[in-house]
Amino acid sequence: MWLGVVLAVLTAVLAGGTLAGQASWAPKLALDLEGGTQMILAPKVEGGSDINEEQLNQAVAIIRQRVDGSGVAEAEISTQSGRNVVVSLPGTPTKETRDLIQASADMNFRPVLLNGDGAPVPTESLTPEDQLPKPTAEPANGSDINWITADIYRQFETMDCNNPAPESPEASDPTKPLVTCEPATETTPAIKYILGPVEVKGGNIVTSSFQLQQGAQGAVTNDWAVNIQFDDEGTAKFKSVTERLNQFYVAAGGETGNDPKAQFAIVLDDQVISAPRSLAVITDGRPQITGGFTEQTAKVLSDQLRFGALPISFEIQSDQQISATLGGEQLRMGLLAGIIGLLLVVVYSLFQYRALGLVTIASLVVAGALTYLAIALLGWTENYRLSLAGVAGLIVAIGQTADSFIVYFERIRDELREGRGLVSAVENGWKRAKRTVLASKAVNLLAALVLYFVAVGNVRGFAFTLGLTAIADLIVVFMFTHPTLQLLARTKFFGEGHRLSGLDPKRLGVVPLYRGAGRLRTPEAKPSVVRAKNTGAAAEAERRMTIAERRLAEKQEQLTGSSKSAAKENK
Amino acid sequence: MSSSFANFGNELYTGKRSYNFVGAKKLWFIIAAVAVALSILIPVAKGGFNLGIEFRGGSEFTVSNVQSTDSALGEKVVEDVVAGSVPRVANVAGTTMRIQTDKLTDDETLRIKEGLTSAYGVTNNEVTSTFIGPTWGADVTKQALIGLIVFVALAAVLMALYFRTWKMSLSAMAGMLVTMMITAGVYALSDFEVTPSAIIGFLTVLSYSLYDTVVVFDKIRENTADLDASTRRTFGEEVNLAVNQTLVRSINTMMVAILPVGAILFIGAGLLGAGTLRDLSLALFVGILIGTAATIFIAAPMYAWLRQNEPDLVKQAKRVEHRRSANNARTEESAEPAEA
Repeated sequence: MWLGVVLAVLTAVLAGGTLAGQASWAPKLALDLEGGTQMILAPKVEGGSDINEEQLNQAVAIIRQRVDGSGVAEAEISTQSGRNVVVSLPGTPTKETRDLIQASADMNFRPVLLNGDGAPVPTESLTPEDQLPKPTAEPANGSDINWITADIYRQFETMDCNNPAPESPEASDPTKPLVTCEPATETTPAIKYILGPVEVKGGNIVTSSFQLQQGAQGAVTNDWAVNIQFDDEGTAKFKSVTERLNQFYVAAGGETGNDPKAQFAIVLDDQVISAPRSLAVITDGRPQITGGFTEQTAKVLSDQLRFGALPISFEIQSDQQISATLGGEQLRMGLLAGIIGLLLVVVYSLFQYRALGLVTIASLVVAGALTYLAIALLGWTENYRLSLAGVAGLIVAIGQTADSFIVYFERIRDELREGRGLVSAVENGWKRAKRTVLASKAVNLLAALVLYFVAVGNVRGFAFTLGLTAIADLIVVFMFTHPTLQLLARTKFFGEGHRLSGLDPKRLGVVPLYRGAGRLRTPEAKPSVVRAKNTGAAAEAERRMTIAERRLAEKQEQLTGSSKSAAKENK
Repeated sequence: MSSSFANFGNELYTGKRSYNFVGAKKLWFIIAAVAVALSILIPVAKGGFNLGIEFRGGSEFTVSNVQSTDSALGEKVVEDVVAGSVPRVANVAGTTMRIQTDKLTDDETLRIKEGLTSAYGVTNNEVTSTFIGPTWGADVTKQALIGLIVFVALAAVLMALYFRTWKMSLSAMAGMLVTMMITAGVYALSDFEVTPSAIIGFLTVLSYSLYDTVVVFDKIRENTADLDASTRRTFGEEVNLAVNQTLVRSINTMMVAILPVGAILFIGAGLLGAGTLRDLSLALFVGILIGTAATIFIAAPMYAWLRQNEPDLVKQAKRVEHRRSANNARTEESAEPAEA
């Protein structure tokens, strides 16, 4: 039985995941069941132009960075209907977090005054109060160390870039120096900086791209580079800044030198994303950043430059706090009602189909197990979360899943009424029911797919469970219900049509085909076993048979049907 | 009892017992037309649907573990802060109260929150507030509508391909449309709020309605496949027989589908009060009932009606007529008794 294998594999994978501490046996719950806050934000680009998909994705990336930076765990950020950004946070966010999420992206370039290792300076080795730098004059330009006051230096020393404090929602003052971090990446440790005032604004960036760096002879090397193109204003400013920074570079001894003041920091939301040294004076407004990029990191930086330049702000469309108590209560009541409903279905099935009803129930149980495993697995791998709408989808699915069995059983009964033996009735009934089940499930799957891809929010979770159960149903009816019935048909209890089997020929009104002169019972809708290919030929052959021949053929079919089942029983 | 139901199935199957679904189509169509007209009139007369906060926009407070479920307490708090406002206060799920107001300022929100905390005797973190922009529900609905149109178009093509006749598609769509209209009408009548969950319910009804029709139409397809070669029944009669033969299935499926939904609606709603599950289950409960009926009374008869004037089928109907009159003549001539 393949189904057993499928179930075993799913269970084993989930068990493995659970043991590894990543998966859990219980499905992940969505916000409406777990409680938390959901904010729906509509991004707005300055100038009122419509936001495109790339910009939206960038907006998500910006918000993700902010939320992660604010120390909120397990936040979920996604897009909705190609326009909105949905932020789901567990618990109630502070006003700061809320403002932070809403703030517009802010990118600019600042010269570096000082940098240092990301870790805070230990208390005992802090610079004594009297030795803190004191500005001696008004700063002359952006790179003047006179920007560094005692306060700023102390702030720099105590800053911990490995465990950054929550980001401030207030954007920093562009005319003042800034103490900030470059967060650690996979390859580089965190670095902290004191930066001069803003010298070039992100808005001056026209575009940015990334490419493989060209060597001196114009040959392509294996190093990735990020290109920026400034507008006229940006070009002029960038030229004057690099003229100054390049002097520090040259003065420090070029390639081998290490003067932080030669660095020009690219700052996004008051965090340094990159701080390249100025190796040359850039006069054409087309600087290239090189060094240590992989294709991936080059792309990230290039994207950040391109979209960070766009001042995207966010308007709150909906800000919803969902109490976990309410969600939990709803879930509990919903499940209770679902269980009562399921019990009613069990009673009804047994009443209608007697022992066959047990097959329905067993099939529902198997389908339920499959669905549960799938949801738990998807929660682990795809971060799928079960919402209240999803639970409703599952409860609704009980009916549609059971329908496959009902269609099948009714077909078997029809075949029995035709006077077939049970074994052949099961086979023929299955051949006909299979088509119906497939066609009708196709409609369900289509609905689920369309809703999943088009619809948003709640509707999506619902469509997902609907599609999932449709697939589970197909698997179960093909791999469990039908094989089970094939086996059962050979047992004495069902094969002989026990009164309680639900397949009692007498109760199904099976009548002999021939009932005396002039009373030929005409079989309804001849069993069309081979319908697919030879329909025309078969129909033609059938048409050409005389009544006597046809009668004989049918009788034989019936006989072989029942004798087959008898033969099996003798084994 | 079950035995008689099985017997009922047998008689339907052989045609011994038959309900004339196809023949009385005019009656069904008229009933459907009246029901649809009423469904349009009800919301019009009531001044539109009772839209949920997701569509109106506004602020919502949820108070958990309340000491008293008296809605007057909540109303008073809101009216004290914002004079002349008309809050909607409802008990949802046991000891939880939900208070909906028009859009509030931050300050008003804060004051109402404090007021509710003391009025219902709960702690500060048991009161949550929510702000919903008026476009949020409209957004969901717009996307749902697009989904609906895409789905219906695709389903129509799928069915036309599978059944190899667009007339089945058309009939199924007609049945579905009737189902949707009446479900919406009943929903309006119930005065339940139209929330995104109700929209989900409608979408499910849509898929259920077509699903149910496909099952019945598949039997019709089977019964009418070799019609040319047969003179036993006319096309309309074959369709009717198919509907009768699948009647037991229709009833059983409807029962199985509706039992859990009904449990949520009647048991759940009692315990839960307003909320996602109640809105959803009402739409489903009505939709499944009407959807099953629409397949039998609208879709199938309409299919027979659409095809009855096709030249081949007219010819076939004549042959059936001819054979029947010949049979009758022979029976009359024959001296032998029919019963052996």
